[in-house]
Amino acid sequence: MTSKKVMALPYVFWMILFTIVPLGMVLYFAFTTEGGGFTLANFAEAAKYMPSLMQSIWLGMLATIICLLIGYPVAYIIAKASSRSQRTMILLIMMPMWMNFLLRTYAWMTLLEDTGIINDFLASIGLPRMHLINTEGAIVLGMVYNFLPFMIMPIYSVLTKMDKRLIEAAQDLGSNGVNVFRKIIMPLSLPGIISGITMVFVPAVSTFVVSKMLGGGEMLIGDIIESQFFGATYNPYLGAALSLILMVLVLICMTVMNQFSDDDEEALLI
Amino acid sequence: MKFLSKFYLAFIFVFLYAPILVMIIFSFNDSKSRSVWEGFSLKWYKDLMSDSAIIDALKTTLIVAIIASLCATVIGTLAAVGINAMKKKLKGFLMLATNIPMVNPEIVTGVSLMLLFVSIFGVFSAIGINLEFGMLTLILAHISFNIPYVILSVLPKLRQMNKHSYEAALDLGCNPLKAFFKVVMPEIMPGVMTGMLMAFTLSLDDFVISYCTSGTSAQTLSVVIYSMTRKSVNPKINALSALMFITVFLLMLIVNIRQMRDSDAKVGAKR
Repeated sequence: MTSKKVMALPYVFWMILFTIVPLGMVLYFAFTTEGGGFTLANFAEAAKYMPSLMQSIWLGMLATIICLLIGYPVAYIIAKASSRSQRTMILLIMMPMWMNFLLRTYAWMTLLEDTGIINDFLASIGLPRMHLINTEGAIVLGMVYNFLPFMIMPIYSVLTKMDKRLIEAAQDLGSNGVNVFRKIIMPLSLPGIISGITMVFVPAVSTFVVSKMLGGGEMLIGDIIESQFFGATYNPYLGAALSLILMVLVLICMTVMNQFSDDDEEALLI
Repeated sequence: MKFLSKFYLAFIFVFLYAPILVMIIFSFNDSKSRSVWEGFSLKWYKDLMSDSAIIDALKTTLIVAIIASLCATVIGTLAAVGINAMKKKLKGFLMLATNIPMVNPEIVTGVSLMLLFVSIFGVFSAIGINLEFGMLTLILAHISFNIPYVILSVLPKLRQMNKHSYEAALDLGCNPLKAFFKVVMPEIMPGVMTGMLMAFTLSLDDFVISYCTSGTSAQTLSVVIYSMTRKSVNPKINALSALMFITVFLLMLIVNIRQMRDSDAKVGAKR
């Protein structure tokens, strides 16, 4: 059996070099000055960006909740369909995800512009034009559009695996539709919901593309990290501190979420 | 109720596809406008084909995705077999580390790899070798974020497998290597293929990590698209979207028809 364990060695080396060491470097940069000495000043400076962090969390949460509210019924309806149409519909849900993320966001840019199609349409039916792009609403819309399939897929896959006999038993024992949903379907689909929430919230809270393209000058935490490494305000030490804060935030969120479901190793795969 | 759910699904599909459809339509527009139709034209497609930056980026993207997904599949499959044979404690630790790149925000993974490469370049330049971001850093980064997905799609197959068949092969005189290829590999092949496909598509689609680890010498399509969208209105992007969507659509169609035929054949065989 030892010969088999040895097969994991290349991966162990790879993982240490390209996962553990880089994270160690983020940690190191976050606590050092330009000269190389230990400091906490980076975090003091990072505190200035707290409002942006809060704003990112708020918009990310909003997008996640909207995805859940829109996505759950979709997953539910698809899971109840015949197996052949299930396959087609799931394919239709997945397909936009296979197109480049930036192109999908760019498509919304075109639609939401002040002289874009939506506004032209509003004007043509005699309604006033609305300022849609470069607003918080546009950012949330972009997040929902891009990450909705991440919510639908895990919920759908949990719903299809559900033991139908439990639902029948509840109905036989006199439960009405609402109660069956509330007491049987909902709790059993919780692992899917949890994994959907994490799969939407993590990319939404840390995005820098959606906010840049649809939000105008809005600076979310992802944009600020990006500008520390690639922008004019080059400061990897502050960038590392902010990355560390974002990472800890996501970790806390995942730990809280995992309290609700036992084993999500496989759920993550979907 | 039936009608309502159909209506709701239709609404969702309109939401998902309308932006893409609008882009495809306007890729044939004769003017630069993104809202007024001024006649049919293929000029944006011609422009796209003669844009060497995009053609180069497409090549880079494909090369990176192919090499990275193949390497990740080999390393990841071996790792899955090894991890599966481990005791609980070590296994738990390795799985935890495997999950890191999957749950970490992409921008953090990206900048952490960038810091690593910058430091490695620093060490090399001290001994007089100048390295910079390019194809190699891209491939290394892509392999790193692909491996976990391969491991996680191979592991369930290994768990489902009958442990004794490998031992039986050894008892019957196979050496471990032969037993692995004759007994284990065929069993886990579906998982390996899923993992490879997933790695390939993730590589194709990745933007954030490529953005952090690519230099000026080699850029992926996503990175080029990003810089294009940052500039002025550029209808070439519409043409590119249309082409990408059609490609994806055809690929999915082929894969799906094949799968349907397979499953129908299976049902037929059972009867």
